[in-house]
Amino acid sequence: MVNKMKRKVDLEKVINKYKGEKGGVISVLQEVNREYGYLPEDALKLVARKLDVPLIQVYSIATFYTAFSLKPRGRHLINVCLGTACFVKGGNRILEKLERELDVKTGETTKDLKFSLETVHCIGCCSLAPVIRIDEDAYGRLKQDKVPEILKKHK
Amino acid sequence: MKIKNLKNLEGLKAKGLESLYPKRMKINVGLGTCGIATGAQAVFDSIVEEIEKQGIDAVVGKTGCLGFCQREPLVDVWQPGKSRIIYCQMDPEKARDLVTGLAQGKMRKEWALCRLEEEEFIIENTKKKYSIKEKDGKDIPLYGEIPFYKKQKKIALRNCGFMNPENIEEYIARGGYFTLARVLSSLKEEGVIEEIKNSGLRGRGGAGFPTGLKWKFCRDAPGDTKYIICNADEGDPGAYMDRSILEGDPHSVLEGMVIGAYAIGSHEGYIYVRNEYPLAAQSVERAIRQAEEYGLLGDNILNSGFNFRIRISQGAGAFVCGEETALLASIEGKIGEPRPRPPFPAERGLWDKPTNINNVKTWANVPAIIARGADWYSKMGTPKSKGTMVFSLVGKINNTGLVEVPMGIKLREMIYDIGEGIPQGKKLKAVQTGGPSGGCIPSELADLEVDYEKLTQAGSMMGSGGMVVMDEDTCMVNVAKYFLNFTKDESCGKCTPCREGIKRMLEILDDISKGKAKEADLELLETLAKVVKDASLCALGGTAPNPVLTTLRYFRNEYEAHIKDKKCPAHICPDLIRYSINKEKCTGCGLCLKECPQTAISGEKKKPHSIDKSKCIKCGVCFEVCKFDAVEID
Repeated sequence: MVNKMKRKVDLEKVINKYKGEKGGVISVLQEVNREYGYLPEDALKLVARKLDVPLIQVYSIATFYTAFSLKPRGRHLINVCLGTACFVKGGNRILEKLERELDVKTGETTKDLKFSLETVHCIGCCSLAPVIRIDEDAYGRLKQDKVPEILKKHK
Repeated sequence: MKIKNLKNLEGLKAKGLESLYPKRMKINVGLGTCGIATGAQAVFDSIVEEIEKQGIDAVVGKTGCLGFCQREPLVDVWQPGKSRIIYCQMDPEKARDLVTGLAQGKMRKEWALCRLEEEEFIIENTKKKYSIKEKDGKDIPLYGEIPFYKKQKKIALRNCGFMNPENIEEYIARGGYFTLARVLSSLKEEGVIEEIKNSGLRGRGGAGFPTGLKWKFCRDAPGDTKYIICNADEGDPGAYMDRSILEGDPHSVLEGMVIGAYAIGSHEGYIYVRNEYPLAAQSVERAIRQAEEYGLLGDNILNSGFNFRIRISQGAGAFVCGEETALLASIEGKIGEPRPRPPFPAERGLWDKPTNINNVKTWANVPAIIARGADWYSKMGTPKSKGTMVFSLVGKINNTGLVEVPMGIKLREMIYDIGEGIPQGKKLKAVQTGGPSGGCIPSELADLEVDYEKLTQAGSMMGSGGMVVMDEDTCMVNVAKYFLNFTKDESCGKCTPCREGIKRMLEILDDISKGKAKEADLELLETLAKVVKDASLCALGGTAPNPVLTTLRYFRNEYEAHIKDKKCPAHICPDLIRYSINKEKCTGCGLCLKECPQTAISGEKKKPHSIDKSKCIKCGVCFEVCKFDAVEID
């Protein structure tokens, strides 16, 4: 509870930063999403109230853009690149291997909240395909059997 | 300090040149996103550490990507009086060795990619020749001689990999901002537009609309407030040159935008950067701050009385936002849904004001064109597509990376000369250009001269320059399915033909890939494709069927094999293939058995193994790990 209160204070600060700025809703949501790893319902309501934007509009933005999540994400976000180069070089096999290793489907989070598994359409490392990104670290030229040791690094 | 005149600029240029070519050794590491993904940061750190430890008199610098991503991490060593040497595929250990050797005057020829004796300064039209006293290293090939760089002509990429993107003085040293100074002091607005028009420059984001004309429309539109936008929402999977320019040479884009703003009469600009490019956004942000400090952005730029500011707007992950009206909606803080045109953004754009939107590469070309003149630029290329184009040559190709070549280059030259062919001696099947809006050009058309018109005639398009090479192991039905899956995910959902049509097309493709389709389904697929193409509002829907239509046009037999023979000729579609182990080749090493997630593989050690087909999920891991080619697909 203490934690939640503290966060709410930060949240108001974030919102105030963009108050009055034209088109600021997306920027606010981006910061909130960064802070929490997702967009909590309360945060969406607060953003709507403080920026005087209808909640439905905030919600539509939150669900339109793929960077936003309405569900809590795991501690580590795995993005499997499925750009064309990665696809041609077997990116989907890497994805399937991750699904099996983590026992989740794409878009889900492991039960221990360690990993969320998502896909991304190209992170611009095409020359190293197939590529995955875990948080900020990119791993290129992957093969299925390399997946377990990479996961271990992020345990 | 604020730059007020040419003298100030010359002063900074001298400082920049000193930083680029110091009187002692300088080691540069390419630290673009692609470099970092191969471990360039660790290489950089180890070089810094080793230099400190050994007390070597040298500077360590960072650069953007030199384009040859395949060979990264790249380390480039500048020493006064010597050729500049670019080392490739470095790792921390090799880097330490290299530094130790360099301190003793030794080079490591076996790691060298190429060497430089001079550099081309595009803006100034000069060759910066190094004063080389030592002849050592002559057996390392020259930069301009190795296949990957030989046919390239770098204009938009002129500075990438050759300077520190964080150092504005190095940009100025390579002729940066001198063009802006000349424009603001001695060129009329119309004169700038005329020059761009005459150069024949067309939008490098994909559609290829003449840039000068676009500027003129916006300039002529009534209204005092006008906006300039740089579209850096590089969404085409397989294309990453915009990212590379923003990371490696952000000032070229800023300078281009200020010149454009002056010509059009705008005082406010935005750079819309894709969410997936955090490093690029940081790089641009830093560059904007520097340019403001030096009086190259903001009020009274270069003491000319002209004001222009640039802000960054960061995307939140939506491919459709690369479409200009969707991009505008996104900057306005709304969901990225396209709207009908007309009115075009030139009349009614951002917040209903006249707006000019150009791609990153287009902006980066502007200073070079103004500096060297329309004649120089228009001499390169084909009758209707002038200048150069940056391609990202990726997929099943030996040399992957960013390639800038004059328009009109043959696909064959791209693949076999620059790319040095297909790995493992496989056969070329197709080249995919234009991302999800483009198509697959078959190997029979390898002599096609690449420009806007020729690609469109072939059923594909230029797009933002992605060029994904596909070999014989690529299933074209699967490729079509991949792209439709992409556009299905990225369709904003506004128009029914795009939202529903793509889904129905995808269902048919799915059936085909599973061997469940009828011959009549191909006709239905073509009909649907036409409807989606004709009846969608924006280019996303309007071009989404292209990958299906081109694969049907050139690879119909592959579709038919899936339908009639229930076979996937490329051995990709899981429902139509079976894995088995060749008893003669299998050594019983047990590697596949260990990796199989289904325990479908059995066999005693050192004896041939076998796959239980009822348990196999066709994940392909056995095929990948087998060192003896014993796992076969039929």
